[in-house]
Amino acid sequence: MSERAPAVLIVGAGPAGTRAAETLVAHGVRPVVVDEGLRSGGQIYRQPPEGFSRPASALYGFEARKAEAVHAALAAVRESIDYRPGTLVWNVEGGVAQTLGPEGVGRIAFDSLILATGAMDRVIPFPGWTLPGAFTMGGAQVALKAQGCAIGEPVVFMGTGPLLYLVAYQYAHAGARVAAILDTSSAADALPVLPGLLWGGRTFAKGLWYMTWPRTAGIPVRRGIVPVAAEGEGALEAVRYRDRRGREHRVACTGLGIGYGVKSEVQLAELAGCEMAFDPLAQQWLPEADGDGRARDGAVYLAGDGAGVAGADAAELRGRLAALAWLADHGIAVDRGERARLRAKLRRIMRFRDALERALPVPFHLARALPDETVICRCEVITAGEIRQGRALDPAELNRAKAYTRVGMGRCQGRVCGPAAAQILADARGCDVAEVGRLRGQAPVKPLGIRAGALAAVEDNSRAASI
Amino acid sequence: MSAVEADVVIVGGGLVGCAAALRLRERGASVAVVEKNQLGAAASGVNFGGVRRNGRKLAELGIAARALGIWKRLPELVGSDCEYAITGNIKVARSEEHMVQIAAHAEAQAGYGVEVEMLSRNALLDRYPWLGPSAIGAAFCPSDGQANPRLVGPAFARAARAAGAELFELDGAAHVERDGNGFVVETESGRTLRGGALINSAGAWGGRLSARFGEPVEIWPMEPQMVVTEPAPYFMEPVLAVVGGDVYARQIPRGNVIFGGRSGTADLDVGFGKVHAEESLTTLARTIDIIPCVADLAVIRFWSGVEGCTPDHLPVLCPSRTTPGLVHAFGFSGHGFCLGPASGAVAAELALDGRTETPIEGLDLSRFDTAEQPAST
Repeated sequence: MSERAPAVLIVGAGPAGTRAAETLVAHGVRPVVVDEGLRSGGQIYRQPPEGFSRPASALYGFEARKAEAVHAALAAVRESIDYRPGTLVWNVEGGVAQTLGPEGVGRIAFDSLILATGAMDRVIPFPGWTLPGAFTMGGAQVALKAQGCAIGEPVVFMGTGPLLYLVAYQYAHAGARVAAILDTSSAADALPVLPGLLWGGRTFAKGLWYMTWPRTAGIPVRRGIVPVAAEGEGALEAVRYRDRRGREHRVACTGLGIGYGVKSEVQLAELAGCEMAFDPLAQQWLPEADGDGRARDGAVYLAGDGAGVAGADAAELRGRLAALAWLADHGIAVDRGERARLRAKLRRIMRFRDALERALPVPFHLARALPDETVICRCEVITAGEIRQGRALDPAELNRAKAYTRVGMGRCQGRVCGPAAAQILADARGCDVAEVGRLRGQAPVKPLGIRAGALAAVEDNSRAASI
Repeated sequence: MSAVEADVVIVGGGLVGCAAALRLRERGASVAVVEKNQLGAAASGVNFGGVRRNGRKLAELGIAARALGIWKRLPELVGSDCEYAITGNIKVARSEEHMVQIAAHAEAQAGYGVEVEMLSRNALLDRYPWLGPSAIGAAFCPSDGQANPRLVGPAFARAARAAGAELFELDGAAHVERDGNGFVVETESGRTLRGGALINSAGAWGGRLSARFGEPVEIWPMEPQMVVTEPAPYFMEPVLAVVGGDVYARQIPRGNVIFGGRSGTADLDVGFGKVHAEESLTTLARTIDIIPCVADLAVIRFWSGVEGCTPDHLPVLCPSRTTPGLVHAFGFSGHGFCLGPASGAVAAELALDGRTETPIEGLDLSRFDTAEQPAST
């Protein structure tokens, strides 16, 4: 038996990855922490580049203290971990993570993997969404948090979910003129789930505050809308929408933030061999794990939004729980009381999240009704009509549709267009979206520069194919 | 489920099996196909996409010639050109020794009607300025081309189905045996098919099936590793290959460069090809040597599939020597895409007539006979 300590690799240094690292360090384990960001905090607590001076209160609002605490937690263990910022894990294969970082392509062998890969924007395309000036909500937030830039002036925010109001607030607070907030959900959606929402406590109260705040600031809020089109000659000039009675409106803007919440980044979990299951609420295939984040015993643990979206507070808890699960599984004594407390807190948040998802429902059906000419896959410029026509070739599932039409075959590998393409294909086939499956996760999960990859090649002639 | 009865049952619904089904329907025979995966999705669907005679082994040139005729008629046969385009093919030499090899091969191919132009280093670089300094000359075959492998197998499957063939996918053959004057196939889902003749077009799995009839063939299940770049301005018309086979590349008009060169070893029980990124990193390095400008592009996708390679890298395409009515058409060894449509037609003719006009000498099982190991035991 080897005396070597098991190698733990944490992917992601947002709230989940940070708390996982902190917990392992507290128990004498030194993990490798790889993070795509140049600075820790993830997307939610993204830090501006070194030298930028906007204060945390301006960047994170109510969440400033949490953000600072997460940043501080990583800083405190900085010397006790092998921290590799600015590094992408682009593949996981047989106990090795392949990376692309400041020093090029590298390999990290691990015994256990804690994936805290976070979430990305959930995109529901609509006519004109690829015009310059139209951004996802996450993109709009990154522009503001990382660079102190607004995406346009005036700016409109459209979609649904808590981020819609939060980002609008952040923009207005930073001095941008917000022309309107257009919400696809309506107050009626929230009524049946009110008891669940109350589980949110302070979070719920803050959410209500964000939702009512625009009225006091004189920013029009329209609920129950249907997006019609973003339009402009070469760049965004206006957005059109229908109100709940079907009347069409036009709002002039040069920036449009569109958001329908976020979806889990699951490719690495899939490459690491996790079983995937369809989640009807998120309408997404998610890696399976137990309540502590154990996905493959002793080998793969999941934490944070990458294992199903539950928000930053839950991510911190799930990061701790995954690390504690790893410790317990590897014979290291952990505080049972603490685990029980973390689990109880997490349960409360999950109840609230569930209600919240129902109160601000994602209008997946909008994708199904898109006009034929709407571009769905912007990398390959594949329209809704082409996906529907691909139906004539009878693709039974999404990978087959990809093979026939090229949808999801471009730079993003379907991370952006996959969910909408699944809805359109399911609609064309007249089946449930779960039945058309998912685009298989494959390396590289994000584009890999050829020069960097070539430099890392290990010469070995034993397996040259003779074609 | 009642048994499906057909004149011919085909095990393996790849390009060969589906093309055989279409040819059988043209000849008026009834046919049923079983495929363990999706139709046309294994080696037929995930190969490189080259359609070439340049550098091809002489024993395959007869089928390749017939195939070329079919490729040109795809729209009429299967309702789509499947992105088939005649772009030429250059086989590049990186040493004087390689140059001698391709010159000799070009001369031999001329006897089979394959016109190849030999290009000196200067002529090559004048014509293709994007080639790197390691290229010292090439054989150019203008009649070669490329097609989209994801489309071709399914297109043949649809055409065969439209012509009356019965095709069953995601339902592999669990049990195959000789039964009276014909064959009976039981599938994983419990379906029973009976046929007077049987075509084994089971690709990398074909060796397992042939072994059931006392004709074992050693198959290396290889997983060729393909790389796709982001789109770049179109610069590369012909398909490129090198002597040694460690780099092959093509660019599609929308700009993506597709290349490969290395293979992993597949697990036949897994059933699909796995990506081995380490292999492809080596391919990246080799490709930069030949096409330096790709260094500035990014890889957006790897893909792989399972292909069956025989000991001499030639397909098995012949009537069985042990079992009347059984036809083998498998083991295309990583270069069966071009041959697929014609190989299917040949297999159909062998099943119906026991013979074909297309030259297939050298592709039967006798080539594996050794004194110690008679094949028909």
